[in-house]
Amino acid sequence: MASEYETVVGIEVHAELLTESKVFCGCPTRFGAAPNTQTCPICLGMPGVLPVLNKRALEFTIRTALALNCQVAEFSKFDRKNYFYPDLPKNYQISQYDLPIGRNGYLDIDVDGEQKRIRIRRVHLEEETGKSLHAGEDIIAATHSLVDFNRAGIPLMEIVSEADMRSADEARAYLNKLRSVLLAIGVSDCKMEEGSMRCEANVSVRPVGASEFGTQTELKNIASFRAVHRAIEFEAARQIALLKSGEHVTRETRHWDDERGETVRMRGKEEAHDYRYFPEPDLVPLEIGREWVESIRESMPELPDARRGRYVRELGIPEYDAGLIADSPAMTRFFEEAVGLGGDAREIAKWMLGELSAALNASGGDFESCPVRPSHLVETLSLIKTGRISGKIAKSVLEDIFGTGRSPEEIVRERGLVQISDEAQLVAVVDKVIAANPGPVSDFRGGKEKALTFLVGQVMKETRGRANPEATNRILRERLAEGTGR
Amino acid sequence: MRLCDMTMHALHDLLENGEVSSEEITRSVLERIEETEGMIQSFLNLAPEEEALARARQADRMIRDARRQGSAISPVAGIPIAIKDNMCTRGIPTTCGSAILSEFVPPYDATVVKRLVDGGAVMIGKTNMDEFAMGSSTENSRFHPTRNPWDPSRVPGGSSGGSAAAVAAGEAVAALGSDTGGSVRQPASFCSVVGLKPTYGRVSRYGLVAFASSLDQIGPLTRDVRDCAMVMNVIAGPDPMDSTCVSEPAPDYTGFLDRGVRGLRIGLPREYFGPGMDPEVRSLVEGAVRALEGLGAEVIDVTLPHSEYALATYYLVAPAEASSNLARYDGIRYGLRARGSQDVVSLMKRTRSEGFGPEVKRRIMLGTYALSSGYYDAYYLKALKVRTLLRQDLANAFERCDCVVSPTSPTVPFKLGERVEDPLAMYLSDIYTITANLTGAPAVSVPCGFSSGLPCGIHFVGRLFEEGTLIRIAHTLEGALGIADMRPSVAGRRDA
Repeated sequence: MASEYETVVGIEVHAELLTESKVFCGCPTRFGAAPNTQTCPICLGMPGVLPVLNKRALEFTIRTALALNCQVAEFSKFDRKNYFYPDLPKNYQISQYDLPIGRNGYLDIDVDGEQKRIRIRRVHLEEETGKSLHAGEDIIAATHSLVDFNRAGIPLMEIVSEADMRSADEARAYLNKLRSVLLAIGVSDCKMEEGSMRCEANVSVRPVGASEFGTQTELKNIASFRAVHRAIEFEAARQIALLKSGEHVTRETRHWDDERGETVRMRGKEEAHDYRYFPEPDLVPLEIGREWVESIRESMPELPDARRGRYVRELGIPEYDAGLIADSPAMTRFFEEAVGLGGDAREIAKWMLGELSAALNASGGDFESCPVRPSHLVETLSLIKTGRISGKIAKSVLEDIFGTGRSPEEIVRERGLVQISDEAQLVAVVDKVIAANPGPVSDFRGGKEKALTFLVGQVMKETRGRANPEATNRILRERLAEGTGR
Repeated sequence: MRLCDMTMHALHDLLENGEVSSEEITRSVLERIEETEGMIQSFLNLAPEEEALARARQADRMIRDARRQGSAISPVAGIPIAIKDNMCTRGIPTTCGSAILSEFVPPYDATVVKRLVDGGAVMIGKTNMDEFAMGSSTENSRFHPTRNPWDPSRVPGGSSGGSAAAVAAGEAVAALGSDTGGSVRQPASFCSVVGLKPTYGRVSRYGLVAFASSLDQIGPLTRDVRDCAMVMNVIAGPDPMDSTCVSEPAPDYTGFLDRGVRGLRIGLPREYFGPGMDPEVRSLVEGAVRALEGLGAEVIDVTLPHSEYALATYYLVAPAEASSNLARYDGIRYGLRARGSQDVVSLMKRTRSEGFGPEVKRRIMLGTYALSSGYYDAYYLKALKVRTLLRQDLANAFERCDCVVSPTSPTVPFKLGERVEDPLAMYLSDIYTITANLTGAPAVSVPCGFSSGLPCGIHFVGRLFEEGTLIRIAHTLEGALGIADMRPSVAGRRDA
């Protein structure tokens, strides 16, 4: 099947901007406040009110356009998008139509070790709508509906890609990369669970080698990156099955039902809106000064790709690991702080991506809230380096910090974890183990190298993990060789 | 002359000298309202007498304090003023003459209202208007029509007819109107008062319930030109709440009053003075122009070649914006909500069907059509292009002259009901005034005489932000004609 058809995907992302106040009024934008407590006549669309643009929202949009390698418009304007909806206070949305802030950009993604460039068609700024709450099972069965306008007027950025993705994997990689860029430049918190980042996918399929696109469907209500992947896979398979059975794909908007794992028709193109766009007369057109754009460009933080390159080049971190850290602002902050404290960068990366990530995954936390601080990790690593504890003990120390927040030094001292490197002490234990395990000993002597691992394990068991592994290994080999005369 | 019939500047002088109190002025105005409002019906909402008097007494304290400290008082301090009912007033209903907003009480003041109130004006009431400012006769009000104080069988003009009638009848000393196609100037002309539409962006629109955002502008309706300049001094200037409002501060408009017209050039647009103009109106306007010529102005012929398209352009742009601006009246958040709906779509449909009157519905449909995909280029976009041509016409004319002149309205006030069934005839009332809105230019209507006892106004359009020049011309003409003191006799009638 995959050899006959290819999937074509374009993605539209909406991201709420992290401004202190709304885009056209001074109301706060805090998430989770009691309904309708963050509103004023302007964001409620009361008769007579006028919008005044929040310059910070414009700056954030320009910053995004620059980060996505877009051309930033010198002249732009806002337009009205007219449609009736109970949670849209004015029954039009102030948006941008023909002159978006950014256009013709790109974002490079990695899929299976290969780099691919996804073109960005446009980046524009608009206002967020309110939120409807239906009292009942669903919108149809609801006895009544309530509207919360706290969200209305929060600055919202729309980022539209070209239909350059060819699989669900690429779509997910694109979203991950886009998210890491938006997080790095600090314009959005990109929390899909709070709705501050949302995405829609336009999916079509075509015979491999065809130059024309097939009929696309638009997938809405996708609530996670995992759901994006599933939705695209489902939809592509659905479309291919249709084509194979001689039917055709209808241009329509489909809803992703995550529980049932399928897409469901919402509306067809014939029911599509006529938004009756026209220039917003209540806002003056935007003249975006080049000097301002350049000063924004200069103030841009290091983007994930550049950061990854630097980690690989300057710190010797493996490419893949460097990418994982660079794409996450929390991991980047943790890593940079640890390296800054004088730790070995490669060791730090290894432990972050190994032990710490595993512990965080299990506890559901992230590096921002990790009880093990960069200083803890660096201290632990230096205990290993100076031979005071083994790597194995270090794991247990980190586990302890994770639960208690105590310092590594304290834990090692109190729990008596200091490594045994003393030759005489180790020889005594080794001899005891050799005497107690004649089977494995003769196996080893018979050439079974593996048996050594078992014997090392026994020494560790005897010392409760405190035996210096290198020294143990060496002494074991010495004593065993003595016995055979090898 | 009773206090209620005096000009604002005369009252201001009396207040400043302590010869009269705001309470006395306000009482006089309230008495006049008592006498005439039953017939004129200028207001939709009158301040309760005690409230108005309390505001007057507060203004008197403010004036006394200022006098004691030797500081100047605002030109509007202690002056009873009326506000068109499409400007938001905190805690006071603002209906726009529409059933759909009949219950609406704004939680905030429009910037102009705030400036007047801060200046100590005594807000006497909210005046009647054509629904959402759509109309030229104030007959489209959803509540009742207003009558012309000069002849109660006739209309006061529109859509600021309530404000113009109130000022003419002595029910308010000055008033604010809004002007989208001539809605301050045409009723000023019909009621023989002064009406100014400032340059777009000169006066904040914040709190003015939008009809057509790119055309709307708030303007004063006053008894003479000095009053007009004084009100402008209070309401004009930058406002951070309105980004279309220019950031340059407004000049002192009273400084232009006495500069005369010597050296000014008045342009007579060929297209306006062709055949078809009412002969009486024509002779009054020409007489006024001759008077200005006699005082040193130079009169030249100019051309505005795209004038014939102005009305059509206006009736695409204004309804298009209106269709969008009026979309928010849906019964969800405030105002009227139709009963008996089971779902949100029918709730919105019913509310809008019941809440809007025929003229408003007509324009919403026109505008929706003009903006719809497939027609946008042919109508709305084309209208924007013509708008640019009209702007160029005026710019070309202003290379040769300082203002262009015309009658304010092609006719004197018509009878109530005469044009109700003929919207196109009604639309023609605005033929001379709409170009100023489409181009953003300032324009003023000044009384220039009477035809068979009915008022006639002359209309001057000036360069952008040169309201001062218009005030110069209008004030000079007013002095020459000597009719600014005339008041309609209805004003004296008791329960007429």
